[in-house]
Formats: sequence, structure tokens, C-alpha cells
Amino acid sequence: MPADAVIEARAARKVFRTGQQTVVALNDVSIAIRKGEFFTLLGPSGCGKTTLLRLIAGFETPSSGQILLNGNDITDAPPNLRPVNTVFQSYALFPHLTVRQNVGFGLQMQGVAASEITDKVKRALSLVRLEDLADRKPQQLSGGQQQRVALARALAPSPEVLLLDEPLSALDLKLRKEMQSELKRLQHELGITFIFVTHDQEEALTMSDRIGVMSKGSLLQIGAPREIYNHPVNRFVADFIGETNLIPAEVRNAKATIVRNVSIPVDPASPEGAHTLAVRPEHVRIVPVSGDVPLTAKVGESVYFGTDSHIQLLLADGTEIIARHQNEATGGEVPPPGTEVGVAFAPGAVQVLED
Amino acid sequence: MARRDFSASRIPGFATVAILVFCALYAPIVILVAYSFNVGDSIAIWEGFSFRWYPIAWNNEQVREVTMRSLTVATIAALIATTVATLAALGTTRRRKTRGQTFIYLMINQPLMVPEIVTAVALLIFFASIKVATGYQGLAYLIAAHTAFCIPFAYLPIRARLEGMDTTLETAAADLYATHWQTFRFVTLPLLMPGIIAGLMLAFVTSLDDVVITLFVKSAGQDTLPTYMLAKIRRSVSAEVNAISTLLLLLTVVLLTAFFLLTRKRE
Ligand SMILES: Nc1ncnc2c1ncn2[C@@H]1O[C@H](COP(=O)(O)OP(=O)(O)OP(=O)(O)O)[C@@H](O)[C@H]1O
Ligand SMILES: [Mg+2]
Repeated sequence: MPADAVIEARAARKVFRTGQQTVVALNDVSIAIRKGEFFTLLGPSGCGKTTLLRLIAGFETPSSGQILLNGNDITDAPPNLRPVNTVFQSYALFPHLTVRQNVGFGLQMQGVAASEITDKVKRALSLVRLEDLADRKPQQLSGGQQQRVALARALAPSPEVLLLDEPLSALDLKLRKEMQSELKRLQHELGITFIFVTHDQEEALTMSDRIGVMSKGSLLQIGAPREIYNHPVNRFVADFIGETNLIPAEVRNAKATIVRNVSIPVDPASPEGAHTLAVRPEHVRIVPVSGDVPLTAKVGESVYFGTDSHIQLLLADGTEIIARHQNEATGGEVPPPGTEVGVAFAPGAVQVLED
Repeated sequence: MARRDFSASRIPGFATVAILVFCALYAPIVILVAYSFNVGDSIAIWEGFSFRWYPIAWNNEQVREVTMRSLTVATIAALIATTVATLAALGTTRRRKTRGQTFIYLMINQPLMVPEIVTAVALLIFFASIKVATGYQGLAYLIAAHTAFCIPFAYLPIRARLEGMDTTLETAAADLYATHWQTFRFVTLPLLMPGIIAGLMLAFVTSLDDVVITLFVKSAGQDTLPTYMLAKIRRSVSAEVNAISTLLLLLTVVLLTAFFLLTRKRE
């Protein structure tokens, strides 16, 4: 196993049986999460993100496979014996306890001395800037404040790993941005490993050290945000992370033939045969028609987004490509619909997908 | 045009039926309470206002004795029934759903469905054989019988509360290093308290006013308040019974109010 892995899943599989139906929520997932990293599990609804977190927390035992903590098998250890704490999507704050008692709960259960609990609770509350509300009940707090109590409660016992299951999804956009940087700050300050779940790709890209992209119970790709964005392994990842143009092509000898007789150079290591090319809209350039530019397209509709516009381009065979065009202060003009233009791709921007 | 949404009050005759039902529910009680303040002996002819029946009832040695017995039986039976019901409710809501779940519910709620007279006769026969075998004649039979039929009354509100509770809270407790027992003690139990108190009160009140089963099970000289009142009313109608009933009613109202205030403060 990787030497610096704090949490490791080995071929973790989880099958749910409901009546006659069986659902494979996790399909032999293997992953090693490094000590101190901000790791994000990203994927659409129902892909198994929560299930993987629940296996790590110990709320669920895998149907097969193993979960390891610092190299020790904890597959069958109950949640209260794992130095792993969770921030629940619904916060799950104890309604009959004050903020202070909520935050102190974990320490109290561990049998920590009262004076030490007082100190640690104070520190946890100041981390999330909630000292003033310590004697309120959770119902008397706003959503964002409850969220921070949940965070303080999970952090107070100083776990080795913090699991966060879509902790920001109930917050409005502004609060969400605020909490995103708050979380990053905390993770940086405390050096605790964060495993963060989201289905928001932007959130994943901005916050994570590494991202694991999941679909239908499988981990498709693990890598740094830049790597996942620039080199998606397949069609699903390319499509799910950011916007992307998917262009059918025939690949041979480091050349991809797009439209009849038009081919563009691709990475020589690319797989050969009929494949899909992925190109990000910001890497599509609109250039004047000339002999140097083999690929031409007809301009379609364009959509204005403030800082930039998305321009629809139709290739000769009807394939649609979106180009992102920066709206400069001087008013860099968008070509009018129907114009015949040349299309070029930034060097190295064209990715051949496996499937 | 007025609102066209469905409203029960637009069903023809709805108001009339509602008023009739309310009269049927409350008129007898109002009359009972009113006649407990009658000067005369009659429970049919009003002769003037007086408190005289209350001291008369209170100074009646027998009334005191049966009241104490009723309260003793009701308190012990309600406490045992609520404990059992709490465990049963935990057992039926806090474990994996099994095939026999509905059957278990039916078993627990048996006293609600089997006619009371059947239970009464069954208990009479059952206890008679124990009495013969052991010679014991005490209050335990009555307490045991009351406990049995009080269980479903305690069980229903407790189970309702448990089912309405967010189980993520218990998961969160386990996540925060609580053992099963600590989770129960520090999370489940405090949140369940309003249900337990409701169950306790329902069981208490149910035991307090039971007649049928008590009549069958009690040994000689073990009258409870209701069986005593029944016997008394058979012999001679007296406003004393009205006074006792009014006090019982007052007790119920006080209990309900206390419960209401208690649960509201918790929320
Ligand atoms: N207790 C359960 N019983 C049966 N099926 C379950 C159970 N828990 C999860 N599943 C199924 O397993 C699959 C994965 O669920 P999971 O909750 O892990 O998804 P998720 O990625 O967290 O989705 P979301 O983003 O909507 O929270 C889903 O198809 C779900 O229906
Ligand atoms: Mg989920």
C-alpha cells in the first residue's frame, strides 16, 4: 500500500438488497487517501459517494473488500472506535443540547476530563467563529451557523480524518463561497485529512488537492483537479467536469480525422480507431478562413455570459462545437450567425478518449 | 365567486353533525360537574349551589381507601407498562425490519383488539389457578392485569415518537464515540421523553378508570375507585359520586395540561 495513505479502500463492494431488487452501490472501489490531503469524491446523484463515506465512517460494512486506517484493517470496527468524524448533510445536531454541549459531545463520550472539554470546545468554537452563540440551541441558529456547529462538533475530538457529505449543498451561493474558503482555511490550519463529497464540479475543482470521479458505483479517475480537467480518461469524466466538446473521429498514426479529409494532430500515444475527441470550449479558436486552416464551420447562435460568450459552430457534417470567446472591454465582436469561419484548436488541447 | 377549494364545512349538514357530536361528548360531563355542586341529594333536581359533597366524599373512609388503592395500582402498573412499552418500541423501531413485523405489532397491541371481557375472564381463570396453588391473595394480581392492558396505551405514543425521530442523530452519536448505551442514554432517551411521559399518562389514566377487568380480577375487599363507585351507584344514587368523578376529571385535566406545558417547553 502507499506509505502515506491514512484511509484505504481495497475492492470495497456494497450491495443493497431491497425485496427482489439488488443495487450495487459500490463496485469494487479501491482508493488510497493520503494523510493531510483535501480529497473530493465527485459524481452525480446515486453514484455511491455517500455509501463510500459510510463505509469509511463505519455506519455500513462492505459486502466484500476492506477498509484500512493507517494500514490497519478496520472493516468491522464500529463507528465509535474509529478516529473518523462526519459532518452530515443534514447537520444532525442534537436538538436537546446547546451548541456548547453539541460540540463537547464527542469529547464527553471519550471520557475526557471536564476542564479539558471546556478548553477544547472553546477552541473549536473559535475556529468556526461561534463563541458568542455557545449557549443557544441549534434551532435558534441560521443554516450557515448550524453548518459551522456541525463542523466544530466533528473537529473538536481532533479526528484523523474528517468526512464531509455535501456539507454546503443547503447553503445559498454567497454563504457557500464563504464556507468553501473557510473549509480550506481550517483544513490548512489543522492538517486533518478531509474527504469531501460533492456533485458540484466547480466546488471540487477549486477546493481539492485530488478528486475522485465516480459514476454508477465505480471510481473512474483519481487525480489533481488540473489533471482531471485537462486529461479526462473517458467521455463521462470529460462531460461531467466542466464543459466539453465531444467530437467523433477516426484516429490513426497520431492523426484524428474529424470531417471528411480534415485531420488534426493528436498525441502519438493516443489509442487508434474510432474514438471521441474532447476539446474544452476555451481551447477552440475562431480564425479567418485561409489555406492554413483545414477545418471550417458555420457560426450558429451565441450566448452571452458577461465576461465571455459561447459561440455555436457547425462543422460540415453537422457536428456542433462550442467555442468560448472572451468579451474584451473594447468589445471584441462575436461573428454574426451564418458566417463561414476557420476553426483551430490550441496545441495539446485535443484529447482522445478511450470510450 | 368564493374560493372553490375543498372545505369540509361546505358538506351539507356538517355543522349540525359537529354540534351534535360536541353535545354528546360534553353535555353529560357538564351536567355531572354541575350536580356535584347541588345542595340536595338528587342528581336530577337542582336545589341550589353548595360545596357540601366534597367534604362528605373526602371524609368517607371507604372513598379514601379505594382512592389510595386505585392510585397505587395505576402508578405501579403505568410505570411497569411504560418500561416494557419503551423496550418494545425500541425493539420494533430500532432494528432491521423483519418479515414478522406486522405480526409483532399485533401481538403487542393485543389488548386493544381482544374484547375486554375475554381478557377479564381469561385472567380470572388464570389467576384463580395461581391463587389456589400459592394461596396469595394480594394486590399483585390487579397490578399484573392492569400492567398487561396498559402496555399498548403506553406503546403507541412511544413508538410514534421513535418513528418520527431522525435516526441520523443516533448515527451522529455513534460517530462521536458514543457506545450503544451512551447513544441511548444521551440522545435517544432525552428525545424520547415526551413520548414516554405521554405513554405513562395514558397508561395511568387507562388503569385508573378500568372497571371490567378489575371487577373480574380483584379479590374481596379490593375495590378500586371505579368499582366502588359502580357498587355505590347501584345501591343508592348520590351526588357524592358526582363529586368524586369531578375530582377525577380535574386530575386528568391537570395531567394533560402538565404534559402539554412540559412538551412545549422542550421543543
Ligand atoms: N440503505 C439503502 N438501501 C438500498 N439502496 C440504497 C441504500 N443506500 C443507498 N442505496 C442505493 O445505492 C446507490 C448509491 O447511493 P448513495 O447514497 O451512495 O449515492 P450518492 O452518490 O451519495 O448520491 P447523492 O448525491 O444523491 O447523495 C443508490 O442507487 C441508492 O439508491
Ligand atoms: Mg449522498
